[in-house]
Amino acid sequence: MKMSGWGRYPMVETNLVSPHTEKDLRDHLAEGCIARGNGRAYGDSAVSTGTTLHMRHFNRMLRFDAQTGTLEAEAGVLLEDIIKTFLPQGWFPKVTPGTKYVTLGGMIAADVHGKNHHKSGGMSETLTWIDVMNADGSVQRLSPDDPLFAWTCGGMGLTGVILRAAIQLRRVETGYIEQRTLSAPNLQVALEMLKAAHSATYSVAWIDCLSKGAALGRALIMLGEHAKHSALHSALHSDPFALAPRRKWTMPMAAPQVLLNQYTARAFNAAYWRAGQHKTDPVLTDWDRYFYPLDAILGWNRIYGRRGFLQFQCVLPHETAEGGLQALLKATSEAGLGAFLAVLKQMGAEAGGISFPRPGLTLAIDFPRNQGSLQLMERLDQIVLAHAGRFYLAKDARLSAQTLKASDPRVTPFAQMLQNTEADNHFHSAQSKRLKL
Amino acid sequence: MSVGVVLILGAGSDIGRACAHFFAAKGHTIQLAARAPDRLTADQTDLQLRYGVSVSLHAVDALETDTHADFVQALPVLPDVAISVIGLLGTHTKNLKDTASAVQILRSNFEGPATLLGALATQFEARGSGTLVGVSSVAGNRGRASNYIYGAAKAGFTAYLSGLRHRLFPSGVHVVTVLPGFVDTAMTQGMNLPPRLTAQPGQVAEAIYYAIVKKRNIIYFKPIWRVIMAIIWALPEEVFKRTRL
Repeated sequence: MKMSGWGRYPMVETNLVSPHTEKDLRDHLAEGCIARGNGRAYGDSAVSTGTTLHMRHFNRMLRFDAQTGTLEAEAGVLLEDIIKTFLPQGWFPKVTPGTKYVTLGGMIAADVHGKNHHKSGGMSETLTWIDVMNADGSVQRLSPDDPLFAWTCGGMGLTGVILRAAIQLRRVETGYIEQRTLSAPNLQVALEMLKAAHSATYSVAWIDCLSKGAALGRALIMLGEHAKHSALHSALHSDPFALAPRRKWTMPMAAPQVLLNQYTARAFNAAYWRAGQHKTDPVLTDWDRYFYPLDAILGWNRIYGRRGFLQFQCVLPHETAEGGLQALLKATSEAGLGAFLAVLKQMGAEAGGISFPRPGLTLAIDFPRNQGSLQLMERLDQIVLAHAGRFYLAKDARLSAQTLKASDPRVTPFAQMLQNTEADNHFHSAQSKRLKL
Repeated sequence: MSVGVVLILGAGSDIGRACAHFFAAKGHTIQLAARAPDRLTADQTDLQLRYGVSVSLHAVDALETDTHADFVQALPVLPDVAISVIGLLGTHTKNLKDTASAVQILRSNFEGPATLLGALATQFEARGSGTLVGVSSVAGNRGRASNYIYGAAKAGFTAYLSGLRHRLFPSGVHVVTVLPGFVDTAMTQGMNLPPRLTAQPGQVAEAIYYAIVKKRNIIYFKPIWRVIMAIIWALPEEVFKRTRL
């Protein structure tokens, strides 16, 4: 069947199976396969030209230590389920990406980061161990000091099938976030504000990536702290983890192409920025609205129409960030392609063997998929290379092997390791083939 | 439905697991019964962690029919709801050649679940309350060349459930017959099923829950299967035997 990632591009012909047991999994290892969680990687990371292993039946929570907040669970468990189960007991994930519809295994394979990477690090730093099925079908428990652990976190499923993991949760007093919004008239001010807010637990800047000239990179900076019990309105004191009722919307079908163009996108971006001007007072927001605003629209990827969309995400070192971001935003703004979302975050120390995060600033921009955006992204690639940045594979659908290699000296040893362990014979995705990993 | 104890027979199956999750999420105590319950310890822990309900494991072999009465007696408490999702599809071409497999299909889909629910029915009747749910199949509505051994067994089970409902009505015990069409489970893995006609196990579990609450007698899932089967049923035999369904 034909299958894609969240961006609905590229569509890849694959043999999709849903194994129930480790033995079922083992039966597919010879076919050349890749594990797939909930399909939230944007491009072709979790779909194979051979066999795609849907991990949905590996979704059991195995053990929870209520003293330490350590959860042992199978790789197919959804982050949403972890939150729904343990938040009422006062626990929250230490690291969360921008959607709760991801699996534990997917979070590890992409070594996801959140709005707190600068303070708390990435997914791999919340794990006590992971169980991985190797190319020969054996299962190995890896601890953080094991070299294969470092390659597996961020390794996009290429080292083996992630079966189980132990993840450390953090204590919270409530399910609410105290959110402050600052507005910055241009990129330079936005960067200063982000830097000044370094001590904030969560920080993220939303950038109007279509504004030009003096307003290039105007931004809303959103800072967040876990709200203390005392900060809640007294009506919430009895149940500080309750979720305000939230209507779920479903995007029923792919939107017609005509709805998304540079004019609608420009209008949306401008309206969003203006709306943010009035929200400068601190507000209490529940965890779902704060961390997962887009999850309220099920199937929001269809907004970009049948041809799908692409996300460009890179990280630039602090030293080159300002110039690099100026160049990236200028190229984007001048191209005038409809882009709704551009997000800028701070990143802290590097961890793992091939993980995306490194100290600096990470920028993510969505584009509808068309000839123009594909060409623009080639130009953005060159700007990233010129500023010593690197690319996020969980978002990638079109990078070239050459560009990836040029962006990161760790790529060659990673590919070498996959070869030495014969993992490359058994585990491959459409992405790993394209990137020659 | 008031919160009570739900017994799932064939708890290792995908629909069984989905039922366990759905009812546990509603706060019910869960009894998981399967031939090899030690394989369900991870599911037991998972359900307890997620929903904070108590979950017990019980061994039962659908084909060991003379043990069924004792199995029911040995349950820690007589459940309020018992759901049988026991079933075996096998490979039709193999069933045609091999008598032993054919007999196994007939017994696993009819004899086993029927005697198990029969043993529970006696206790429910004596108590004067409870709901029995049998997951049969639309395959039982008309025997077709492609799977009539499985279909015949399901037809027997459907008739058994109908009789059970008739018998137990005066005593206040309700019986639900569930007739799923295609369901995306291990049983149908590798088959090329039309997505619009194919249900997810979780949807079947939800349909079962509301069938119990609303005291429905016979439910088709997906509902479109009621229409499809009505058409197939309406074909005169002279026409039907010439079709390739």
